[in-house]
Amino acid sequence: MKTRNPWLLVVMWIAISFATLFPIYWLFVISVKPTVELFSTPEIILRSLFWKNYTDVLNNPTLRGYMVNSLLISSGNALLVTTLGFLACYALSRFDLAGKESIFFWTITNRMAPPAVFLLPLFLLLTQVYKIGSFSFADSRIGMILVYCSFNLPFAIWTLRPTVEGIPKELDEAAYVDGASTWTVLSDIIFPLARPGLAVTLILTWVFAWNEYLLAATLTNFRARTLTTGLSEYVTTTGTQWGIMAAISVFTLIPALIVFTVVQRHIVAGLTFGAVKG
Amino acid sequence: MHSQKLGWLLLSPTIVILGLFGIFPFVYVVWVSFHAWNPFAANPHMVFNWAENYRKVVFDQQFLASLGITAAFVFFAVTSEIVLGYVLAQALLKDFPGKAIFRTIHTLPLIMAPIIVGSVWKLMTTPSIGIIPYLLHSWFGFDLNIGQSALAAFIVTVIMDIWHWTPLVTLSLIAALVSLPPDPFEQAQIDGAGKSQIFWHITLPMIRPALIATVFIRLMDALRTVDEVLMLTGGGPGSATRYLGVHIFREVFPKTNYGYGSAISVVVLYLTIVVCWLLYVSLIAPRAKKG
Repeated sequence: MKTRNPWLLVVMWIAISFATLFPIYWLFVISVKPTVELFSTPEIILRSLFWKNYTDVLNNPTLRGYMVNSLLISSGNALLVTTLGFLACYALSRFDLAGKESIFFWTITNRMAPPAVFLLPLFLLLTQVYKIGSFSFADSRIGMILVYCSFNLPFAIWTLRPTVEGIPKELDEAAYVDGASTWTVLSDIIFPLARPGLAVTLILTWVFAWNEYLLAATLTNFRARTLTTGLSEYVTTTGTQWGIMAAISVFTLIPALIVFTVVQRHIVAGLTFGAVKG
Repeated sequence: MHSQKLGWLLLSPTIVILGLFGIFPFVYVVWVSFHAWNPFAANPHMVFNWAENYRKVVFDQQFLASLGITAAFVFFAVTSEIVLGYVLAQALLKDFPGKAIFRTIHTLPLIMAPIIVGSVWKLMTTPSIGIIPYLLHSWFGFDLNIGQSALAAFIVTVIMDIWHWTPLVTLSLIAALVSLPPDPFEQAQIDGAGKSQIFWHITLPMIRPALIATVFIRLMDALRTVDEVLMLTGGGPGSATRYLGVHIFREVFPKTNYGYGSAISVVVLYLTIVVCWLLYVSLIAPRAKKG
């Protein structure tokens, strides 16, 4: 699309970026201040950097373990829900299944549940019911990967369905006529065409899982404890250690930022593809 | 042309997982909602009390107040996010210098955990230590105190939600807008259609499925917001920002009123489903039938 004056847009975006970045900048400001300074008059410009909060976090093996758990759980969950969501959306858009619209709507009701009250039933199910032999899903990474499906899988299905439906049926019908199997059609025709949508779904579900707090705080103890849960350990009865909390927060941002920038290139590739198509 | 069996096979993992981690806990919550129960007590007996919890919900002033302010919160936040998100998505589709950088910057709030967003906004807005009250005071002589003014607390939670979630709307609308075929737009331009005509008659109908899915996701997520608001205002001052998610959290945790909390959750879930179902039937289903 041609724009009459691109510089107007640039000015607008600089203003928006300023508003967008300020809270993130402020998080950084807090993370590089000793606690005493937090309670004096706030200043916008940083005069000195105090790195102790960061070294405290890095030197803490427990927090490092939490970070590994967070990475494994959110990556596992994002891959699982995107794959299952993709298959489900293909079934919903190409097959004439009885009651499929009701099933589609039912999936999303799983995301509507107010989380606080579902903590206990999930806890009981994980500790007492969901067991395979001596393996319990309680406080395990795989358990959390599955629990997070309850809110991420509906999201994946709902964001992917328009993408899959937008792919012309004639394309896969032609392939079936040529004798292709469903799996070939899925991997060679639908998958490449759905890539932009899949990329968006993958990053967003990854981010939702990475950032989840309430469920992780209740359902994990040590083995599968995540980084956001680590934050709450610094809200104590003797006061909140804001500096350390801010430093941990910055650490939670870094991997999310990397994943985001990496996958965003795929979205851009998807965008170019969209342009080429027309 | 396809066998039904294959379709069900592709859907089955989804149904099984959502059944295990969605329906099962839900059935349990419904069961608990008919009991008086404090699972954290020394002697946690579950006492069946018929529909007593539901009777309490209907007459609970705090719940009804919470319902009202939640509706206001969701309305202002989600409407702003959709309008703003659409405008920004359109702006990001144009060609201008630094577009890629701006797009990345714009998506940053999305990667922050709600609990962290709540903490940062609390640190920015707390009187005497926060930068925003400080600047408002020194520039405009305005005293912002979210600890005392119910309206200020409400507005700050709405702005925080807009800041956090507009990028989600932008992203999903960009994905929807780029997938549109250019032909109808070119044809409309040739026919001399104006900008607003193109928007109402071509763009909007074509992005409708994606738009409605986005509205749904935002609607239901805003309805169950907990971490952010709990961290920022704790539901206060008074009960000014005690949105449904916060209200349920408070009933379940500090008060350990589990049976009653379950009953509220069932009611809230039911209301959410009804609202979304009505929207779904009136907005999506007619189109699906036609297509």
